[in-house]
Amino acid sequence: MTTDTTRRPMTVALLGNPNTGKSTLFSALVGVRQRTGNYPGVTVEKKVGRTTIGETACNVIDLPGTYSLAPHSPDEMVAVDVLLGRQAESQRPDVIVCIVDASNLSRNLYLVSQLIELQRPLVVALNMVDVASDKGVQIDVERLSQNLGLPVIPIQANRKQGIERLTAAITEAVENQQGGVLTKRDSPLPAEWQAEVTALETLSRQVNGAPLPRYLLERLVLDTGYLETADLEGVTPPVREAVAAARSRFTTDGQSPAVMETIARYQWVAQITDGVLTQTTQTRVTASDRLDHVLTHRVWGPLIFATIMLVIFQAVFNGAVIFMDLIEAWVGSAGDWIGAHMPDGALQSLMVDGVVGGVGSVLVFLPQIVILFFFIAVLEDCGYMARAAYLMDRLMSRIGLSGKSFIPLLSSFACAVPGIMGTRVIENRRDRLVTILIAPLMTCSARLPVYFLLIAAFIPATSLVAWRLGPISWSLTLQHVTLLGLYVLGVVTAILAALAMKRTILPGETPPFVLELPSYKFPDVRVVLHRMWERAWAFICRAGTLIFAVSILVWAAAYFPHDAAQVEAPFAQRRAELAAAIEQTEQMPDSAARTEELVALSDQSERLENEVAGAYLRQSLLGRVGRWMEPLFKPLGWDWRIGCGVLASFPAREVVVGTLGVIYNMGDDDESAGLRESLREATWDGTDRRVFTIPVALSIMVFFALCAQCISTLAIIRRETNSWRWPIFSFTYMTVLAYVGALLTYQIGRLF
Amino acid sequence: MTTLADVGAGQKARVSSVSGSDAISLRLLEMGLTPGCEVSFVGKAPLGDPLEYSLRGYRLSLRRVEAERVLVDMT
Repeated sequence: MTTDTTRRPMTVALLGNPNTGKSTLFSALVGVRQRTGNYPGVTVEKKVGRTTIGETACNVIDLPGTYSLAPHSPDEMVAVDVLLGRQAESQRPDVIVCIVDASNLSRNLYLVSQLIELQRPLVVALNMVDVASDKGVQIDVERLSQNLGLPVIPIQANRKQGIERLTAAITEAVENQQGGVLTKRDSPLPAEWQAEVTALETLSRQVNGAPLPRYLLERLVLDTGYLETADLEGVTPPVREAVAAARSRFTTDGQSPAVMETIARYQWVAQITDGVLTQTTQTRVTASDRLDHVLTHRVWGPLIFATIMLVIFQAVFNGAVIFMDLIEAWVGSAGDWIGAHMPDGALQSLMVDGVVGGVGSVLVFLPQIVILFFFIAVLEDCGYMARAAYLMDRLMSRIGLSGKSFIPLLSSFACAVPGIMGTRVIENRRDRLVTILIAPLMTCSARLPVYFLLIAAFIPATSLVAWRLGPISWSLTLQHVTLLGLYVLGVVTAILAALAMKRTILPGETPPFVLELPSYKFPDVRVVLHRMWERAWAFICRAGTLIFAVSILVWAAAYFPHDAAQVEAPFAQRRAELAAAIEQTEQMPDSAARTEELVALSDQSERLENEVAGAYLRQSLLGRVGRWMEPLFKPLGWDWRIGCGVLASFPAREVVVGTLGVIYNMGDDDESAGLRESLREATWDGTDRRVFTIPVALSIMVFFALCAQCISTLAIIRRETNSWRWPIFSFTYMTVLAYVGALLTYQIGRLF
Repeated sequence: MTTLADVGAGQKARVSSVSGSDAISLRLLEMGLTPGCEVSFVGKAPLGDPLEYSLRGYRLSLRRVEAERVLVDMT
């Protein structure tokens, strides 16, 4: 054997049914040396890990879990393209490893029967032999290997057992192929069928110069709709015609060739497993079955589900707050430190408000993402996720979605960013897109500062229902009802939006809810930790940069042109007077009166500085755009200052509170009762008409309930859909909804 | 005609065919609901739908409308 290390790296493709422990095997093979990305044009995640087998460097491609290699969508076509070497960005695999669940052999071998036809070196990794024997099933591995004509290696991925034998088998399979040995394998499909495909192969060679892969031709004849319309390289009109002719010859009694394929393959599976499986005991009721009986029980099932959801929601909503506050405090002190160590000016402002603020607005999402993905990974890995979808399906199917959309939507009440990242559990592309598009309508925690400020300032705390029991009293006020109303508004709009999208831009028949309910198992710590890390890192890398860039842009719009001479001039005299007064007071003998006077003066000086900051914002680019756009805001009852606040809150909704503070000369301390006061007293420029009335406050809140003022959400939509189309669409439809909603609220509110 | 949706608690049935040949029917076949396969009813979700079955050593959940596509013979 040569020890030539300059050899090109070997490519291994890892494939298998869902719930077979594929992620665990992938981790066992490559450890932490994995990279994730997206295949161009689809939403499938590309996972590649690096390892060394023997002395050969090795790229392991982890393909998405699938029951069948028949592509029904561009996403499913990716696996076929990778395996055939038609995927531009990856090498054609030298060897395919198919992981098979021993406790569920016949359905898993269906995929193996398709892989065999690729005519590539293939190794079967037989996982979960222990689960099979729990179920009372023994497998004759040697006989299975003989029947298949393939190496079959028993492994226990979660205990890293059998990995060495597996890698040895991988090397051997590749070397045998280089020596020209590839065991002859018979296709389960009938001979007439084989002849048809051979004819097509010949034809494609004549037409294109080189033949199309045999497997692709088979798939074209068997196709149920997707490939027919797909634009595939090398499938020229004459090939298409010949394929259509072959299809019609194989359509008997209205049964498409695809139906014949499934039946033929399962017949083949029955032959292969003949004598391989022995039922040692009568069908046993396993611990997993008993657990399932409780978890899907009519009464206990929903109760346990609700409890789990409550725990997750609490953890993401409240648990993350501790860490978010910590991050905000660090970011704040980093800003203060830089502020103290750099001279005043544009660069200081850029560092403090732009760079540090921008980094902070990325990091602040991490606690929620990490916590949510901890729970999602645990639920997925232990097998409960499928039950959650099973329990919630009926409810979600009323709005045209499936049970799998429930958890992503629920977590969007804390924050849409982890919620949208959580839609990966939904395999159906259309369901996943609809879920992504409506998730930002759930009332997330970033809307609460806006709601709290405006409700406290403008909605009277009139008690509607009061209840008292000894020292405990509780009353439902108009303020509570308003807040509840805003939550309901979000949910109702989301339901209507989902129904509308299913009928318009994302039409098609309801996708099937054919869901495997896997056996329960203890979650694998490595897989869970890895999933959390992977999600957090993906967010920082690919959404973080965009969020950061937009934060800097908005900072620049609110800072420049920063004409100091012009802005500071009107304040120069008051500033000088104040400085003189402070100096005079400081020379007074120490007394209570002196202290009081100093406090009063420093208050005045702070107010003056807030006014200056307000003046800067008014003359900034943002202020000018706000004033220029005032005619657009007027029908909503807003003056240009509210408009400015809304524009500045494009990176994140809660920013509007700080911006309103600055623009109303209150500084950016959002806790202050002073901001509430100055909002109440604000008047339209040049008049004494109050800006904020109840309809205006409601119109702002409705706007924020429905708008997409959150660059993080848009950035994560961009990442998850791998296209700019969907974030642009989200922003447009939500902004239109928000504008119309705010308009109606104000115009109707004015009538009362 | 008896369909999989008619199989009740504790009952078993043998698949005779799957009606239709669209993507949904094909998915049912791919999941192993091929002629001759033995299926038993496990239960239904608290809201009455979807349904849970046991076949080929694993548990499968289907909506009622999907189960109605699978024609069966009671055993």
